[in-house]
Amino acid sequence: MRLVTAIIKPFKLDDVKAALEAVGVQGMTVSEVQGFGRQRGHTEVYRGAEYTVDFVPKIRVEVLVDEADAAGVVDAIVSAAHSGAIGDGKVWTVLVDEVVRVRTGERGPDAL
Amino acid sequence: MELDTGTTAWVLASAAFVLFMTPGLAFFYGGMTRSKSVLNMLMMSFSAMGIVSVLWVLYGYTLAFGLDAGGHGLIGNLDLLGLKTITTASVTNGLSDFVFVAFQMMFAIITLALISGAIADRMKFGAWALFSVLWISIVYFPVAHWVFAFGAPIYDTGAAGGAGAAAGYVAGTGGWIVSKLGALDFAGGTAVHINAGAAALALVLVLGKRKGFGRDPMRPHNLPLVMIGTGILWFGWFGFNAGSALGANGLAGLAFVNTQVATAAGLLGWIITERFRDGRPTTLGAASGAVAGLVAITPACGSVTPVGAILVGLIAGIFCCIAVTFKHRGGYDDALDVVGVHLVGGLVGTLLIGLVASDTSTGSADLRGLFYGGGVDLLGKQAIAAGAVLAYSFVLTYLIALFIKVTIGLRISEDDEAAGIDTAEHAESAYEFAGLGTAGSGSLAGAPSPSAQVKVHS
Repeated sequence: MRLVTAIIKPFKLDDVKAALEAVGVQGMTVSEVQGFGRQRGHTEVYRGAEYTVDFVPKIRVEVLVDEADAAGVVDAIVSAAHSGAIGDGKVWTVLVDEVVRVRTGERGPDAL
Repeated sequence: MELDTGTTAWVLASAAFVLFMTPGLAFFYGGMTRSKSVLNMLMMSFSAMGIVSVLWVLYGYTLAFGLDAGGHGLIGNLDLLGLKTITTASVTNGLSDFVFVAFQMMFAIITLALISGAIADRMKFGAWALFSVLWISIVYFPVAHWVFAFGAPIYDTGAAGGAGAAAGYVAGTGGWIVSKLGALDFAGGTAVHINAGAAALALVLVLGKRKGFGRDPMRPHNLPLVMIGTGILWFGWFGFNAGSALGANGLAGLAFVNTQVATAAGLLGWIITERFRDGRPTTLGAASGAVAGLVAITPACGSVTPVGAILVGLIAGIFCCIAVTFKHRGGYDDALDVVGVHLVGGLVGTLLIGLVASDTSTGSADLRGLFYGGGVDLLGKQAIAAGAVLAYSFVLTYLIALFIKVTIGLRISEDDEAAGIDTAEHAESAYEFAGLGTAGSGSLAGAPSPSAQVKVHS
């Protein structure tokens, strides 16, 4: 099993969600986060004082998938979140050794 | 003299307009603070309404508007202590005396409240309360006498006017700026704006800078609140300026039109300056420019033509937009730019009268500025009035601030300042942010980015 984590632009969330549903993903967790990569932040000016805001708003999407589905899910996110502009985000996966469904106690791939 | 119902009705309404400016100012300032300090900012304005109203009736009105004590035009006598001799039958120039008491009470309130913008985030609330009592008594009441107290009307006493008195008033019964010097300040460019601006500068010099000033971003936390506050101020200012005609007449109409166009021009002057300096016209700039225009036209709205008012507003918008950046180089932390907007705007308006005062609209031939063939005489008087109020307010405020610093102390602790003055001084937070761990802390949206930098344009 793998945890797929994606950091994307906030306005891409609907596209990414649709793309994940299209490849059969049944659940996901999203959260509002802040950060920067090569894009850096943006600047704002108040009464002539310029502030560099380093952390820009992003959305983090987390999906647990079977090993066999991981590559397809990553590809779906990348193509849906792609705009070509700097700041599109990143997607990565990590191995997960146990998953338990709280309601039923099912373990492993059955719990996905 | 008989009571004039039109006059009394208009000034009565104007008094309510002017009171409304103080909550408007509270929002204007409150939106500009960080979210952890907005309640304290609102409270400084609301406490001004509490403290000043009471003191005004007890002894403020008589110190400001009692007949002059000593004949030097420095302070009123104590005949009106507790308003004891004023009745429902008391009338001056057609206006009920009680209505005038109410109208001028609102001026005293907002002048004190104006100062609070400079000291955001860091002054003990108790120290502000003590400062309020001392400052309004020692600085505002006398200065209001200098500028606003015309003295006894001649028809009341049968005495002769005599040299040196304002036309229609008995010599030696009014304040020195209005009745001896003869400088023009229609609604309070000196007594309200230069006074509050100079006091703000003195107070922040003693108080010190906010923790992190010049390093941490101190972004306004709610610009829509600033815009609402600006709208309320703009609305209320018609009472401030057109109400100062003390009559429902043509002069009130002139003041009204001048107030509108100067404010409009101030707004434009500021955002045009920003467009060229910073790249973008901002909502905060539009709000600030409107207030700069309002401030500058306050002393001038009864003595310039509407075209002159456009010039006054435009210059104020441009000058104040430049002046608000001085604090970053001058090393004084005037948090919300009371000096840059009110002191500078007040000086611009007061001094420009000396250049663009015109008898075209007002019909008084002896009130012409330099550009209208009046020579430099009026400009000199304006400079003396502005300089005197500035110097008196700065020095006395500095001493009051020092006194509070060595007695009860001015500042909250560094830890309280970092955590937010709202919770430390008022045990409240302005906003409940939905989300884990943020309930009640009021700090999420105001949390500074640790690695952000500040750069100043000029």
